Amino acid sequence: MPAASDHNSSPPAISVKSLAKSYGEVEAVRGVDFDVEPGEVFGFLGPNGAGKTTTINMLCTLAKPTSGSATVAGHDVVRERDDVRRNIGLVFQDPTLDGYLTAEQNLRLHAELYGVQSNLVPARMRQVLDMVGLWERKDSPVATFSGGMRRRLEIARGFLHSPRVLFLDEPTIGLDPQTRRSIWTYIRELKEAEDITIFLTTHYMDEAEWCDRIAIMDHGQIVALDSPEALKARVGADTVRIHTADDEAAIAALAEHFDLEATMSEGAVTFRVPAGEEFVPRLFAELGVPIRAVNVSRPTLDDVFMSYTGTSIRDAEEDSGKARSRAMMQMMSGGRR
Amino acid sequence: MSTTTDRAQTAGPPPAAPSPIARVHVPERSIASELRAIKIVWKRELIRFRSDKLRMVTSLVQPLLFLFILGSGLQRLSSTSTHGVNLKTFIYPGILCVSVMFTAMFSAASIVWDREFGFLREMMVAPIRRSSIVIGKCLGGATVAGIQGAIVICLAGFVKVPYAPVLILEILALQLLLAFSITAFGVMVAARITQMQAFMGVMQMVVMPMFFISGALFPVAGLPAWLAVLNRFDPLTYAVDPMRKLIFDHIHTNPLAQKVLNPGVTWFGWHVPGLLEAGMILLLGIGMLGIAIWEFTTTE
Ligand SMILES: Nc1ncnc2c1ncn2[C@@H]1O[C@H](COP(=O)(O)OP(=O)(O)O)[C@@H](O)[C@H]1O
Ligand SMILES: [Mg+2]
Repeated sequence: MPAASDHNSSPPAISVKSLAKSYGEVEAVRGVDFDVEPGEVFGFLGPNGAGKTTTINMLCTLAKPTSGSATVAGHDVVRERDDVRRNIGLVFQDPTLDGYLTAEQNLRLHAELYGVQSNLVPARMRQVLDMVGLWERKDSPVATFSGGMRRRLEIARGFLHSPRVLFLDEPTIGLDPQTRRSIWTYIRELKEAEDITIFLTTHYMDEAEWCDRIAIMDHGQIVALDSPEALKARVGADTVRIHTADDEAAIAALAEHFDLEATMSEGAVTFRVPAGEEFVPRLFAELGVPIRAVNVSRPTLDDVFMSYTGTSIRDAEEDSGKARSRAMMQMMSGGRR
Repeated sequence: MSTTTDRAQTAGPPPAAPSPIARVHVPERSIASELRAIKIVWKRELIRFRSDKLRMVTSLVQPLLFLFILGSGLQRLSSTSTHGVNLKTFIYPGILCVSVMFTAMFSAASIVWDREFGFLREMMVAPIRRSSIVIGKCLGGATVAGIQGAIVICLAGFVKVPYAPVLILEILALQLLLAFSITAFGVMVAARITQMQAFMGVMQMVVMPMFFISGALFPVAGLPAWLAVLNRFDPLTYAVDPMRKLIFDHIHTNPLAQKVLNPGVTWFGWHVPGLLEAGMILLLGIGMLGIAIWEFTTTE
């Protein structure tokens, strides 16, 4: 393996070409192309029904592509199914633990199914359970676990056989904000601890910030693909909100002195401008209306989604009839960095 | 947990791994790995059965009712026609078969649960053959049903069936065979029927008629023609009949009772030997196992 140390020339962990899948009339995935580099945390972001799970199922050999091709860990997902399966770990969107069994029995079963060397199983099991903080609970039946604990156990299990690529389909769906945050912490830690590529999906916009790169998916197509930072930069303008002594005058002055179109929104004069932070000093110097407070916000991924699809992700969600936990998304959004 | 959260937020250099990493790898598929998979799928059925004490008790209720309530109740009515043989002894093989059958179907139903609760996917995506999963399931279900049958076999003494070692072993083997075939049938059905309600419906529709037609509760000679035809097409007939033959070989009766109660299954007057009957059960089981495997390999 001469090229193993050279990251740039090593083959992609996942390579996808014009991959498509139809269920009868429904075109769930309409030809997507992307590569995921080894060691990357790559996120698929999109509203419910965008085709994320379908894409994962094809990459995991659980669904046959209608057209196109894909390789995972260097193996073709159609022709070399077994090789793909040996090299991947999977955490499904819906839980797949056996509630009757204990955490340890669930892991042992997995190790046996994957043919992990028996003499290494105890140490490895201890390690993955430690990583997700469940070692103390290893003898409890999974039925007694909370949603977050089950998720963590599933992540540990997906990790148990040292896969080269770990797929996580909506790992944080339906969990409370704290648990979601801790799940993400575990995912990042696992990634640091081992040489692994992580491919995951989420429909929580704010979570994409944990990814190295994200692909935004809508209606079965990738509409944008880059690092979260770059995507936001591409949207360009920051949003500036100011509270002034005389809002009417401020709006007029903005139009006159800076050629900016401002509106009233939530009791503040709101306008968009590139490099908002650098703009603030000029604003104070030249506006001519006393300013009481300023707030500059960088573009969010919601703005990114909006700029590529013309609709906010929440509306897209409602379209597909699954407006989940909007309040939760609002609570979480913009909190990190 | 707070420290770990902080660490991720700063996104600094990778944290030191908590312990040296026990790296493992997944070997290429081999016969050994398939056998290991079959074994663990089988073992899971046993673990689940063991933790389900209630099921063990409830599934005993039915055979007890049949044997001791129905059997004792009808005994007085039928005492002349059984020619001195206890009615409970006569229906015992049939009751054993039906209780094995019910348990086997319930075991197979676990595949429907597994699908509903997602665990089936965990097995389906493992780097093993689908056939290993199906075989493991069938063997597991057969073992569980076999254990249930063994408990009913323990009751033999109460219905005047002697605890002769050879007899007990033969009955045990026969009921294991039946348990396997019925589980295979159940798994085959479960491959197509994905809802528990529907599965239970099919089970009721199949098990009860099979039970009543099989001759579990009546001798198979001298039946009305239409019932005789149905009876000969009922697979369960070929499990009950050899078992009854074995039992009647080991009890002391008069020839008349033998002739009336244990006439043996005939095809156009030809007496079907017990070994052939057992062979048919086995072949049916293997056939249905094959179909079940085919069904699971061809679905996504
Ligand atoms: N097995 C299936 N049969 C029919 N339609 C399906 C199936 N799986 C997914 N779909 C459809 O494909 C589209 C994409 O679904 P999915 O990949 O689950 O989206 P996501 O995971 O992004 O929410 C949806 O319209 C869904 O209804
Ligand atoms: Mg999904």
